Amino acid sequence: MEQSFNPYLPELATVIKIIDETPNIKSYRVVFDDPEKMKTFSFEPGQVGQLYVFGVGEATFVINSPPTRMEYLQFSVMKAGEITNAIHDLHEGDQIGVRAPLGNSFPYDDMKGKKILFIGGGIGLAPLRTLILFMLDNRKDYDDITIIYGSRTPLDLCYKDELREWESRSDVNLILTVDNEYPGWHKRTGFVPTVLNEVAPSPDNTVAITCGPPIMIKFVLQNLAKLNFKDDHVITTLEARMKCGIGICGRCNIGSKYICKDGPIFSLVQLKESGAEI
Amino acid sequence: MAETGFLPKEKIDGFLEALSKDALVYMPVLEGDVIIFRPFKPGNTLCLDRPANSPPKSVIYPQSDVLFSYNYKKETDDPKKVSIEIETHMDYPKAIIFGCRPCDAMGFTVYDRVFIESNGPDTYYQGRRDETIIITLSCPAPSAGCFCTALGSGPANKEGSDVLMTGLENGFLFEPVSEKGKAILAMPGIEGGSQHLQEAQKKQQDAYNAVKKPFPSISHTEISRKRFDLDEFWHKAVSKCVSCGACTFLCPTCYCFNFTDEQTLESGERIRSWDACMFYHFTLEASGHNPRATRFLRYRNRVGHKFLFYPEKYNGVIACCGCGRCIRYCPVSVDISEIVSQLRSPE
Ligand SMILES: Cc1cc2nc3c(=O)[nH]c(=O)nc-3n(C[C@H](O)[C@H](O)[C@H](O)COP(=O)(O)OP(=O)(O)OC[C@H]3O[C@@H](n4cnc5c(N)ncnc54)[C@H](O)[C@@H]3O)c2cc1C
Ligand code: SF4
Ligand code: SF4
Ligand code: FES
Repeated sequence: MEQSFNPYLPELATVIKIIDETPNIKSYRVVFDDPEKMKTFSFEPGQVGQLYVFGVGEATFVINSPPTRMEYLQFSVMKAGEITNAIHDLHEGDQIGVRAPLGNSFPYDDMKGKKILFIGGGIGLAPLRTLILFMLDNRKDYDDITIIYGSRTPLDLCYKDELREWESRSDVNLILTVDNEYPGWHKRTGFVPTVLNEVAPSPDNTVAITCGPPIMIKFVLQNLAKLNFKDDHVITTLEARMKCGIGICGRCNIGSKYICKDGPIFSLVQLKESGAEI
Repeated sequence: MAETGFLPKEKIDGFLEALSKDALVYMPVLEGDVIIFRPFKPGNTLCLDRPANSPPKSVIYPQSDVLFSYNYKKETDDPKKVSIEIETHMDYPKAIIFGCRPCDAMGFTVYDRVFIESNGPDTYYQGRRDETIIITLSCPAPSAGCFCTALGSGPANKEGSDVLMTGLENGFLFEPVSEKGKAILAMPGIEGGSQHLQEAQKKQQDAYNAVKKPFPSISHTEISRKRFDLDEFWHKAVSKCVSCGACTFLCPTCYCFNFTDEQTLESGERIRSWDACMFYHFTLEASGHNPRATRFLRYRNRVGHKFLFYPEKYNGVIACCGCGRCIRYCPVSVDISEIVSQLRSPE
């Protein structure tokens, strides 16, 4: 039988570089083994992929390198369980399977000409990183860019080289925070939602995009509402246990919406319509 | 497709044997006191007395299916380098499902929208679907729990079948539904059937009238969203449920699945198996958070999927065919038709 596209078949890829981000997060740069696939592969900022460790299983991660930089695909993986532990055991040169791109993407066209406010916590910076780099590579399309990013301790901040770079740029306003005082830390302390309140960015012509642990997202959304951000100018990403990633296996629905297909990125308007608990 | 065929009763064995010459024929067989679809072979006796205990969904959507296998290979020029080779096996044999009920056949149309039309095509499902012919037997009489007519279907519904058979005094009337079904009429043993059509239609109508209607024919918009969203309603409605998942595994319209991976030393397989939204682990996230942590949330999702969410996606089509299996075989007698009828009565 002639084979048509098989949505469950992973594409073979090789890990070309592993970067230690934090004590429990590593970034993996991977390249498809088929050079043709590498050339023709395309995706949109915010889309995710399933990384497959042969014999162990698959888990979902956002492609956190931007489509404007296609030498490799980067995934950042926090240790959480069986598969993420197996990923942390990989070495440079190892082969893995990749099913990507899956899911929807950030509506970056609608954000053109607007001010952008990123609010991230911990590994939640991963999806934001894609969009930040994409916007920096198309800098003139966007107005002010503010990034509020926090983690438990300074050691838990991801992408430290890039944070340094963004901090030094005059066209990016980066605000870093850690939960508590920490030896040698002279920037802000306090939880991300609290820092958001202190910074009190103006909602005028501004889109807020947030990702982090569910509890952080919950309070960030509340605080954005207090700052008078409109629901259609607030964007967040949702998590769920994902298996198929293509809207069939039945795991990730909220009502008739599937996070793996209709998401993971939703505006607050869409979330409220779907009746999702946040 | 006006032409009909007639198979005299005594010719049925020969007919099945002829069918099985170039296809795998699955038919309902009595094993102990359950009826199960098994391949036609000597010693397996056809049993058409009542709907099979489990639907024939596994013929097209196997309970456990190897999606691909892989091998580790040493590279010849560099023995330290190992690479992976993936293989798929998708040459599906021709298959015939013989003697399933209209609800079972209709179940496949529920899958078609998901696996082929909207998210796919799912290569595995489509491959088997294309190679399968469905010969359905119209139900002579409803079984306990059947409520197909309340869902706009019925004991002689043709949706999803390639041929609809109706059992008569001396044999079976064959009404082709699709081109595939027409080809079946050319099989040896089949005679012209037009003189039996009237008798068959009367039988079909009698069966239709005999099916219990727990509620008048329903469309999904008649479900009270307010009650559906009410936790207390579900607490009460499914307090007995023990999360065993029998209702989903025996359901011809349930299709949730999981993947598992098996590996020996130098090779392995990725396997897709049926799973069930009634299980706690189904939606458990790595953080420990579980959006459907309780039985009532899971059962609500099951009913919601069939009667609200699926219809929202697919032009109002309800993803339940009223076969009644989940009612007949639930160990604690949770009755979905009762719950749905409560969901549609005014607040
Ligand atoms: C759209 C999306 C994007 C994502 N992006 C990223 C990303 O960029 N980076 C990232 O790091 N993560 C990301 N994630 C999260 C990531 O997918 C999960 O952390 C990952 O799937 C965890 O897989 P695991 O196999 O390691 O964990 P598992 O082993 O599946 O889970 C372990 C946890 O599950 C529970 N558990 C599992 N089995 C049992 C049991 N038998 N009994 C009790 N408890 C049990 C426990 O809480 C345990 O700690 C994303 C998720 C989604 C949906
Ligand atoms: S068969 Fe009955 S007890 Fe088992 S999960 Fe279904 S409703 Fe619950
Ligand atoms: S939900 Fe129950 S009645 Fe409906 S199709 Fe499934 S098993 Fe049959
Ligand atoms: S992950 Fe399978 S339906 Fe979304």
